[in-house]
Amino acid sequence: MSPPTASSAKTKIDHRPLVVVVGNPNSGKTSLFNALTGSHQHVGNYPGVTVERVGATMRLGDRDVDLLDVPGLYSMTANSEDERVAIEVLRGRREGRPDLLLYVLDAGNLERNLYFFSQLADLDLPVVVALTMTDVVEKNGGRVDIERLQGLLEVEVVRVVGHRRTGLAELREALERNLGGSRRPNRDFGFPTSLEAKVASMAERMARIGVDASKNEVRQALLNPNSPFEETLAELPELRRYVEDGRRELAEQGIEGPALDMERRYDWCGMVSRAVLAKARTGRTTTEKIDLVLTHRVFGLAVFVAVMYLVFQSIYTFATPLMELIDGAFGRAGEAVRPALAGRPVLESLVVDGLITGVGSMVVFLPQILILFLFISVLEGSGYLARAAFLMDRLLGWAGLNGRAFIPLLSSFACAVPGIMAARVMPDPKSRLATILVAPLMSCSARLPVYLVLIGAFIEPRFGPFWAGFALFAMHLLGLAVAIPIIYLLNRKLLKGTRLPFVLELPPYQWPKARDVWITVYFRGKLFLKTAGTIIVALSLVIWALSYFPRSDDETRRYEREFVAANPGAGEAAIGRHVQARQLENSFLGRAGRTIEPVFAPAGFDWRISTAILSAFPAREVVVSSLGILFNLGSDTDESSTDLRDALARATWPDGRPLVTTWVAVGVMVFFALCCQCMATLAAIKRETNTWKWPLFVFAYMSALAYVAAVAIHRVGLWLG
Amino acid sequence: MEAIPLQPTFTFWDLKPGMKARIVRSCSECGHGLRLQELGLTAGTVFEVTKVAPLNDPIEICVRGSRLCVRRREALDLEIEIVE
Repeated sequence: MSPPTASSAKTKIDHRPLVVVVGNPNSGKTSLFNALTGSHQHVGNYPGVTVERVGATMRLGDRDVDLLDVPGLYSMTANSEDERVAIEVLRGRREGRPDLLLYVLDAGNLERNLYFFSQLADLDLPVVVALTMTDVVEKNGGRVDIERLQGLLEVEVVRVVGHRRTGLAELREALERNLGGSRRPNRDFGFPTSLEAKVASMAERMARIGVDASKNEVRQALLNPNSPFEETLAELPELRRYVEDGRRELAEQGIEGPALDMERRYDWCGMVSRAVLAKARTGRTTTEKIDLVLTHRVFGLAVFVAVMYLVFQSIYTFATPLMELIDGAFGRAGEAVRPALAGRPVLESLVVDGLITGVGSMVVFLPQILILFLFISVLEGSGYLARAAFLMDRLLGWAGLNGRAFIPLLSSFACAVPGIMAARVMPDPKSRLATILVAPLMSCSARLPVYLVLIGAFIEPRFGPFWAGFALFAMHLLGLAVAIPIIYLLNRKLLKGTRLPFVLELPPYQWPKARDVWITVYFRGKLFLKTAGTIIVALSLVIWALSYFPRSDDETRRYEREFVAANPGAGEAAIGRHVQARQLENSFLGRAGRTIEPVFAPAGFDWRISTAILSAFPAREVVVSSLGILFNLGSDTDESSTDLRDALARATWPDGRPLVTTWVAVGVMVFFALCCQCMATLAAIKRETNTWKWPLFVFAYMSALAYVAAVAIHRVGLWLG
Repeated sequence: MEAIPLQPTFTFWDLKPGMKARIVRSCSECGHGLRLQELGLTAGTVFEVTKVAPLNDPIEICVRGSRLCVRRREALDLEIEIVE
């Protein structure tokens, strides 16, 4: 470990003290953080990585301190990006050297939690321990001797019970007392004295030549010729020789092997645990009784299906009225400002069709996101989410995902945006990324209108309701079927590297805490609006401009004259629809549709379908109203409109061949099923991965997949006649 | 160089609910072995199988007073013997 230098001592004067909240996953760390800070949290990203940074400013006595909640850790060995960042923070390599660590110690998993504590002790920082879950231990007849624990750990231990806010005031006082204090935790874990002497001299030597290494790393390097520290040593041959000599010397005394460090620490953990924990377990605990049902072969799976059905129904059905409400409100708002802008058509269209519609298309996702995160935080807080992962892991594990992927994938059938955001239930960043990358393939509810129009126009009249239903089902299955080989390929090719062993804990069942639920829902909604929302609105404006310009009054009057000349006695509405169609045809978007007609020709799409597809890239549901405009039906066409079905069924190529055959209809549906025509999804991926690389990758692979599939279907159709 | 075991060796594939087993050896160079040791599955530790998922994997074990779910395949770096 590098000694505090003059510069880091200086930053301490300039900056607020830094308190880092650290602990094992499931130790109640985030819950305690929420209890200490409330909703005054700042959620962002660590620069350069995809790891979310959650911090808050907290009043401690007469000064403000920065409280930082780092991802949960089991040890100081980093196995993933989240863990690496957390360890860097602890070692003072990201935010400056912490002034105090708040270690969250789970009384229910005392021995294992003490292991990480023993490693933190090597950091030479003041530590305050918050002992959680004592209520669970006591309910099972156990007891923790806190006095004794304080004595053995040599730090202050405060018992906190999250949902009753017990111990919070004492904890704050303890934090204040120890901030920047000289008290250090016990560092005697029964390592051989000859080893510790070697570690001390080696660390000193390294500090002198400016190598930044913790005592723990030095000890590992001395015990293990394959430790990660070897990379640093490779560049420093002199030091390396010294380490190798030390290693040889210790090996002669039988002190070698990486396991020695872990075994000695766990011996100490076991000693402490036996000294302070009185267990009086008789019979089954409540959690075990509940688990007899919820992880049961039959009942467990039945409950799982029921819970997932409830989640899916809620985001699919219950969100709809709210979404319609939002849609209606933005529609009315648009109409309300129209008169104020009358006479300035460009501005009117910019505000109403561009800005208000764009903001509306962002806000409309909120109900689904909020409802889904309400469920997730309740399921997570109660402990059920872990059981769901336990039940489903085998099913999803073979493809390289894990049991927790179930929630984001299922949610994506309603909407990929909350689904992608829900992928953060997976701690393993590789599984999380793989899930995010395939989530947009799940057939979301915005694809439904497209299916309904085409099935209603081409499948149902020709093949009857049975095949219509089958087609709808097949469309929903398609994305899932395609996702499986994609995940497989991603794991083999793109997401290489060591995979974390899947480690899951089934925590005791608890009532979810209202505060934690509220904070999760509030911050997920806020983050979506703030980060993904700006991208959505910006892109909406771009698409609006492309479909509006170029436009001139002269042109518009010419369209009118032409139409009236060709159709004498045509009504106002019919003229309006014709003008709208011609304007879109003449816009940059329409011209692009014409230009790329040859590209889509192998799939059997004409310029109208091509333009509709282009217009649907920001949001696929737009395709129905685009088709409405292009087929002279006006922009307020929706999927239940029989006019559009008839118009599509009657549409022909210039030479009179029918445009949309059954095969072309299937091709269009498959194209929509596989293509990522949703900028909100891409914005959500950008937000969750903190880079444009992955949204672009998703866009590229899904577009390619959609195109190839549509062409293939058309070819097969031609071949079969 | 290895002595031929007198008893047939067991692996994580053979574990059933209620069984108790002891870690004989663990491979620290293997990524999974190291992580599992850090979670308390060090040599000599006895653990009990508390649950097996409906699809036979993963399993939940109780080690050092903590419950932990692991996949059988990923725990093969640990050499075990059955205690009871």
